[in-house]
Amino acid sequence: MLVAGVDVGSTTTKATLLDENKRIRARSLVDTGANVVRAAERAFREALRQAGLEEWDVNFTVGTGYGRYRVPFGDLQVTEISCHAKGACFLFPDTHTILDMGGQDTKAIRVSERAEVKDFAMNDKCAAGTGRFLVAAAQVLGLELEELGTVSAQAKKPLKITNVCTVFVEQEIVMHLARGCRVEDVLAGVHSAIAGRSIALLRRVGLEEEITFTGGVARNVGMVRALEERLKLKLNVSPESQHIGAIGAALFAWERAAHGEAGKQRNAVGPEAAAP
Amino acid sequence: MASPYQFQGTGRDLQKDLLANWYRRLENAPQEGTPVAYLFISGNIGELLRSFGFELVFPEVNALQCGIKKVAGDFILKAEDLGYSSDVCGYVKNDIGLATSGNRGPFGTLPKPDLLVCNYSGCNTYIKWFEALAEIYGARLFLLDVPYRRTGEEERREDIEYVVAQLEQLAEVAAEITGRPYDPHRLSQALAHARAAEDLWVRILEAARHRPSPIDAFFEAVFFMAPIYVLRGTAECVEYYQAAWKEIEERLTHKLGPVSEERFRVVLEGPPPWPHFRTFWELFKRWGVVCVASTYSKVGGIWDFGLRHDPARPLESLAEYAVNCYTNWDWTLRRRMLERYAEDYGADALVIHSVKSCRSFSVGQADVRDYFTRERGLPTLFLESDLADPRYFAEAQIRNRIDAFFEALEHRRAAVTPPLA
Repeated sequence: MLVAGVDVGSTTTKATLLDENKRIRARSLVDTGANVVRAAERAFREALRQAGLEEWDVNFTVGTGYGRYRVPFGDLQVTEISCHAKGACFLFPDTHTILDMGGQDTKAIRVSERAEVKDFAMNDKCAAGTGRFLVAAAQVLGLELEELGTVSAQAKKPLKITNVCTVFVEQEIVMHLARGCRVEDVLAGVHSAIAGRSIALLRRVGLEEEITFTGGVARNVGMVRALEERLKLKLNVSPESQHIGAIGAALFAWERAAHGEAGKQRNAVGPEAAAP
Repeated sequence: MASPYQFQGTGRDLQKDLLANWYRRLENAPQEGTPVAYLFISGNIGELLRSFGFELVFPEVNALQCGIKKVAGDFILKAEDLGYSSDVCGYVKNDIGLATSGNRGPFGTLPKPDLLVCNYSGCNTYIKWFEALAEIYGARLFLLDVPYRRTGEEERREDIEYVVAQLEQLAEVAAEITGRPYDPHRLSQALAHARAAEDLWVRILEAARHRPSPIDAFFEAVFFMAPIYVLRGTAECVEYYQAAWKEIEERLTHKLGPVSEERFRVVLEGPPPWPHFRTFWELFKRWGVVCVASTYSKVGGIWDFGLRHDPARPLESLAEYAVNCYTNWDWTLRRRMLERYAEDYGADALVIHSVKSCRSFSVGQADVRDYFTRERGLPTLFLESDLADPRYFAEAQIRNRIDAFFEALEHRRAAVTPPLA
């Protein structure tokens, strides 16, 4: 048995293939770009290529993320809130609260013992406190996204960033730099500001340990540190953090396939279906 | 194919006719020489003004009409051009945009006011709104100061007396403008009509206790409630609710409801996003969600806990009604109301639609959410947009929240009741 989860996010699209033992057989990541349908297809094909499999080998596919309804080969759509909960609890079974920080969204999710979503809260229609805030900071500081965490870790006197607007924060950063502040101190301030906003979301759903940090921003060690310092807690962070939504989607697909449901890929004409 | 039902659709059709006729009367008011008063919906004392022969204009209703007809955005921008901040209430800006565009909207041309009655003082923005209109139209402004309803006590006698004294003053002003004396008998007749309509309206709303509910007490109620807000105290309003009840009765008999299969029953707190009303409803319908009770359908009057206009005590009962409008209640009273609704109507969840425009509604809603999720264990969905400004409605985000919420409810339900083998 083979199942797929495809997470079409605002910035990147991820696909994960799981086998009957819920082992990850392949995972891929592509930029979403302007064409959501094509991004979903590219990610899916890339995962299949890695596993050396064909689309008709896939029993069931679940689409998630903002583009979930645009995954043409998807058999079911599940929101990324449910998928992140599922994926996080799969990787860290004692998870009770999840913080998912993606390109344009930050979500706090509280889950039950059975990985069911009990409550969730999201950022308002504003990208402050999301990955986009960091992208804006990286641009104005002339850094690559990957460098942000390590640079901010060198801060000696983190600054207080007061702006909540992703656009205007650039002006604030420029102002600090013009005053001679150090890049790492400014950056640590940016991380701390985002951490503050995210923790407010976590408090809205109720902070209950263990907390698992998911989404693309979880790869940023500076962000992990800023959160842990403010929360005075250790967060679960997986090297798969960016793929947790797709893993969760694949787990939902696994449940369907285990109940004998077959998706449309499986029903399509493949070598097996063509056999008498 | 002809409908097998006799009364389905009458509530909606008749409402449209009534409103169209009312707007036509408003358009003709200047030619007919009919005096015109502007006032607010919440706790409105329309019967008193109508007893002097005033035609009534409700700027909030005009704003929501602009919202639903998708022209609110233009009027709002017009007001912003004049210098109104993006943080000012969308209803106000819509109305200022309308007033400075020849008062012509999708409903026709509105007459200028002879009298502005700011009958709801719980919202400071409302006072400023009517002060701006007084400036624009050069019309007389009467500020009816309605004391806020405090918790843990019955309405205070002195509050009612205070409002009654002001109503007496208002009657003098109305008599001065119209040249007609105050006629308590005429007012009592109107209040008898009001009471009859209120009885019928409560009966319609309470039908939502049935399973399936024959009515969506938010998405449909906002249409059904229009006559009792803008035409209360008239015979045509009573006739409307008699006809509307027939429709609901027929739905009960045939187990008809607003969705083909009722899967979730929710209580809804907050106003609708008028410019995206249809889209918003569809996002719930997809999940088989029916709103069985709502607070927005009570903004013009909370009658389901026994309050009525009383022909025997005209000014006193008008004052009691004005004090007890929904947004004039403190959060403890509102929370108790939501609790009762959740219990009496068998709700699976509470949905809060928080709007940027209206502080009277939104401040405190986060605490209500916490209370219901943590203390009462009632799943609560919190959505944010606006009631008038189309720019604050982010469909992808709202859809995501709604889908995630009902998906989670469904997963939990499936876990509790495993499907039959």
